[in-house]
Amino acid sequence: MAVGVVAVPSQAMSRTRTPAVEGLFTIDDDGEPRLIGGRVPGTQSYFFPKHLGGADPRVGPVELEEVLLSRRGRVWSYTTSHYPPPPPFVVTAEPYEPITIAAVELEQEKMVVLGQCATGVGPDDLEVGMEMELTVDTLYQDDDCDYLVWKWRPADTGLEG
Amino acid sequence: MDEIAVLGVGMHPWGKWGRNFTEYGVAAARDALDDAAVDYAEVGFVSGAVTVRCGYPGYVAGSTFARALGFTGAQLASSYSACASGATALQVARGQILSGACEVALVAGADTTPKGFLAPNAGDRPDDIDWLRFHLVGATNPVYFGLHARRRMDLYGATTDDFAMVKVKNSRHGVHNPNARFTKEYGLDDVRNSPVVSDPLRLLDICATSDGGAAMVVSSMEWARSHGHRDPVRVAGISTVSPTYPDPVIDLPYLAADSVADPSAPLVGFKESIGARAYDEAGLGPDDVDVAEVYDLSSAMELDWYEQLGFCAPGEAERLLRDGDTAIGGRLPVNPSGGLGAFGEAVPAQALAQVCELTWQLRGTAGARQVDGAAVGITVNQGLFGHGSSVIVRR
Repeated sequence: MAVGVVAVPSQAMSRTRTPAVEGLFTIDDDGEPRLIGGRVPGTQSYFFPKHLGGADPRVGPVELEEVLLSRRGRVWSYTTSHYPPPPPFVVTAEPYEPITIAAVELEQEKMVVLGQCATGVGPDDLEVGMEMELTVDTLYQDDDCDYLVWKWRPADTGLEG
Repeated sequence: MDEIAVLGVGMHPWGKWGRNFTEYGVAAARDALDDAAVDYAEVGFVSGAVTVRCGYPGYVAGSTFARALGFTGAQLASSYSACASGATALQVARGQILSGACEVALVAGADTTPKGFLAPNAGDRPDDIDWLRFHLVGATNPVYFGLHARRRMDLYGATTDDFAMVKVKNSRHGVHNPNARFTKEYGLDDVRNSPVVSDPLRLLDICATSDGGAAMVVSSMEWARSHGHRDPVRVAGISTVSPTYPDPVIDLPYLAADSVADPSAPLVGFKESIGARAYDEAGLGPDDVDVAEVYDLSSAMELDWYEQLGFCAPGEAERLLRDGDTAIGGRLPVNPSGGLGAFGEAVPAQALAQVCELTWQLRGTAGARQVDGAAVGITVNQGLFGHGSSVIVRR
């Protein structure tokens, strides 16, 4: 299982693409982006992020196993933030472009996970219950590096993340 | 649960004053002591609700207020549980009183807030979920309010005008409150024409951050009766519950809700459990409530509380609002103070301010905001990171 730094080929030869925060998502063996979660071994108790997602009080002390979470799910709700969030959010566009955020219930884990929507996906493209899939997109950039994060986009739209 | 007596309450008016939070807390405390006709020397315990935005003195609020009033050797505690801090500070004071460790306690909270969004601590903090939600998702507090409001529209057919009507109703109440920050009566068009903050919520749907202070003087029932308080307002229940795993509802500051894939897991709604605990302690239920102060961080959130406190079934909150049931003069007035819509939030003071308002309501001294015949009142709020807060007072 590939974890840690996601090595994604860059179109600009000199640029590095790296997760904005390590250990939260990866690219699986099929080349698909996946969130990295935790699970109580042998149960259906999942957590995200693995190390910050709480615990199931019905089980004793246990080492969570690392699992890749469902790539797909359904929209639980969504909103568009019309004012720039404060730091540590990095505002990339001047003037600020509203960001759309979706809460998506993962198919297998029945767990609602927040994420920005991919560039170009706005509230008019969304409705509660519609199927979404995970993608990886740029969160912000500096001179040398693209910093990446997971985002949601409508499933099967062919939009490039 | 044994009851304690509310001897006195006090507030420093809410605003954007920009002064030291201690000033507001001390002013509120002195008002509460005057209202109680209690000599400060009688206070055996000072319970402070903490602010995390005012430096070290804010972290040790109990000590800060006690020193500003003059140290007397009273025992101290300082409590932080985000928006629920005031209820926690009251809970700690009740424990001291009911255990016999003190007879009279002073509970106080105050805040001085910066402009704009509340933000996490500075620095590179990838192990802090509150930092991660801002950095990776841009999930401000209003983002969560917007998600819940949109969900309400989808599940129950709520409209943006329903949300706006909450603001309109609460502003009509707040006009009569000298401690409120916003005393303008807003109309539907004011809300409709305010800028969108977090779709579908607009600026006037979302509470501001304010400066303010609130305080209470509480005692054992025996002490109250032996010192001339024959029929005081009583605290009959305090809830400071946490969620029960698994909690399927995404809420701030988390990036994910709990998984509910396991069909054998218990499903207890967190927000419903907050009021339920207070009702249990008081031996009362929703039908007994005459007046409520609920946390309208957003206008839409007030509607959620109607259902989560059992005032109506899920999906019926808009009907209660439209029928005028929750306005002063209605069947069950909610937020006669004007709520957060009229106050803005002064985090550690807010849960105490809710109880101050209910105290005035139950005494029948709320003036133009008076809810006729109010004998039982409930507050509810919620601090991020799973802090429930609900207080039931009765006469």
